[in-house]
Amino acid sequence: MYKYDEIDQQIVDERVVQYRDQVRRYLAKELTEEEFRPLRLQNGLYIQRHAPMLRIAVPYGMLSSKQLRKLGDIAKKYDKGYGHFSTRQNLQLNWPKLEETPDILAELATVEMHAIQTSGNCIRNITTDQFVGVAPDEVIDPRAMAEIIRQWSTFHPEFALLPRKFKIAVSGTKQDRAIVQAHDVGLEFYRDANNQVAVKVWVGGGLGRTPILGSVVREHLDWQHALTYCEAIIRVYNLHGRRDNMYKARIKILVKALGINEFRNQVEAEWTHLKDGANTITEAELARVAKHFEAMPYENLPANNASFDAAIASNPAFAAWVKRCVHPHKQSGYRAVTLSLKPHGQAPGDITSEQMWAVADLADEFSFGELRSSHEQNLILADVKLSDLLPLWEKARANGLATPNIGLLTDIICCPGGDFCSLANAKSIPIAKAIQNKFDDLDYLHDIGDIELNISGCMNACGHHHVGHIGILGVDKDGSEWYQVTIGGKQGNDASIGSVIGPSFSAEEMPGVVQKLIEVYIKERTPEERFIDTVRRIGVVPFKAHVYAKDEVVA
Amino acid sequence: MSNLVKIENGIAAVASDDWTLVQLPATQVEERKQAGKVVLFKLTGENVVTEEQIANTVIPTSGKIIVPLSVFIERNNEFANRIAKGEVGIWLATHELLEYLIQQLPDLNTLPIIAVFVERFADGRIFSLGTLLRTRYDYKNELRAFGDVLRDQLFFLKRSGFTSFVIRQDRSAQDAIASLNDFSKPYQGAVDNPQPVFKRYNRGV
Repeated sequence: MYKYDEIDQQIVDERVVQYRDQVRRYLAKELTEEEFRPLRLQNGLYIQRHAPMLRIAVPYGMLSSKQLRKLGDIAKKYDKGYGHFSTRQNLQLNWPKLEETPDILAELATVEMHAIQTSGNCIRNITTDQFVGVAPDEVIDPRAMAEIIRQWSTFHPEFALLPRKFKIAVSGTKQDRAIVQAHDVGLEFYRDANNQVAVKVWVGGGLGRTPILGSVVREHLDWQHALTYCEAIIRVYNLHGRRDNMYKARIKILVKALGINEFRNQVEAEWTHLKDGANTITEAELARVAKHFEAMPYENLPANNASFDAAIASNPAFAAWVKRCVHPHKQSGYRAVTLSLKPHGQAPGDITSEQMWAVADLADEFSFGELRSSHEQNLILADVKLSDLLPLWEKARANGLATPNIGLLTDIICCPGGDFCSLANAKSIPIAKAIQNKFDDLDYLHDIGDIELNISGCMNACGHHHVGHIGILGVDKDGSEWYQVTIGGKQGNDASIGSVIGPSFSAEEMPGVVQKLIEVYIKERTPEERFIDTVRRIGVVPFKAHVYAKDEVVA
Repeated sequence: MSNLVKIENGIAAVASDDWTLVQLPATQVEERKQAGKVVLFKLTGENVVTEEQIANTVIPTSGKIIVPLSVFIERNNEFANRIAKGEVGIWLATHELLEYLIQQLPDLNTLPIIAVFVERFADGRIFSLGTLLRTRYDYKNELRAFGDVLRDQLFFLKRSGFTSFVIRQDRSAQDAIASLNDFSKPYQGAVDNPQPVFKRYNRGV
């Protein structure tokens, strides 16, 4: 993964000094609440219900064992001994003290980490596919470009105070796993007809209160122009995006208002001035950064391993875990492994300090000392030998990290919700726990098969509920918490936004509602169909009819 | 007392201000609301200056003046000879379009100063305006930020081509100077240093 040089290190060190002084001035009342707000947000610090929340950047989800160990130390020393992986691959601490946040940043800087631009109206953390670099269907490893974009967007002076937050995702696979269509800008890397690396540029996607899938602003862009083209897009947005109403301030609203053709014309007009400018990426720079992402020193291994096959045959629990948590790898004899942060009855994405240390050890022992976080809020060891899967599983299981539910109903994507977040209308974690407890039978879960359930505590959609096969949204009605249900949402190349099935439900009703949705699926499915396929084939009506059949709910 | 910070020959210092800012007369502004909240930012391109305001703007008869863009355009003939003597600059607000200025004055370098008024410090349009004035329209002379100008935005303003800053009256201009140098080696090319870091330094292979 990317290693800092002196220049990178100096920037995060200078950030600590700058931020420490900002906190000092705030505490000395030299900065008002309103003035301090964008400063702390651009350092990932929210003021929450109980305490501040600090969001630490994990650029495009890549972590070293050393960094994870430090995160475990920090959670222990400055927080309550646990952290929460978010849907943007970042790590959040829920209980730090404001006065101590400069010290936390100083500790992070010692392991080449920071919290820069993890919130606020600026370019946020760049996200990508958690199987980047190892996925068999990968065409381009986009990590070097992601790092180049990270550096370019860090303290970009022109885009320091945008109308609203701005999220960029990169992807280089045939099957999109980075939801590029649900980002302000999505960069899809591919090889063009001349076998050159090119970019398809999506713009104006986003979830939140107005969910919209992105439009293609440019089908083909040479990779060298990725930064200048983004500058053209963001300049048009910075100047013309709405600032009078924060709910209409995302770029998607501007793109919709202008229409994609007019928006494209304005971007292209701007780009004629920027094209081939100084921020054009050079071959040398790409080569320098790409060197950090070269393939691991893999052993030459056969495609099969006899002891692994024997363990699968004799150990059903291990086999179930392999089926759900082990993923194909481009290198013969290797696999990628998801460590589930979704044990039943716990907050999705939560991880204790002890588990962080344990995962760091597993990464060192089995996966070249590196790991990734996913937007599904799990951790991934990307480079594990087939013969190591059994001992890895045993150790992961001992640490509560081997629930074999990846891609199943209880692998719930969930925001912190009303328990922590001051924006939330409703709690989300207790809903996730209740559903996990209702569906605690692993055989039944495996029978239901691939399904994505996403929960957001408010329309800001941190839990990406619009693209969940089942989406649950917390809404506020006259001061009490209700839940609106959508079905038919999907991430990926054929992404779609889910449809609302009808009036919302109370928290107590939610596990039963999910149960009824599943019942319709089980009854209607063909042998090959996943839940999403059945919804797409038969539509919302049969689901709605069954859910609302009896126990009519008054909205 | 002047609260002006000026960068001259690469050195920032508190400086005296020999320009007089010409304000538009106050007008009855209707309070606009969206979703129950007062609208805090004007939309880009929104015309909020009235003919009456332009006509009633009091222009000092002598000295160096910075006049509102709308007054500069509408009443240009009144001070043509002062423009020729280099005694007139213009100011515009972040929601005003540079295109109006360029139509009126194809060569911006006849102006000794352009100032941009930022009503609220969180309004990042000022950075794009500075960048465009410097890179698109080749403006070379003094570029000033005034209004809700605070030290934590100075680094970005400097990088976007601004060379002078009127710090908000209740804050220390002297203290603010330190923030101009918050970062020594920024990553990306911008107005003050057009080359990105990978072209400025040999970062190895």
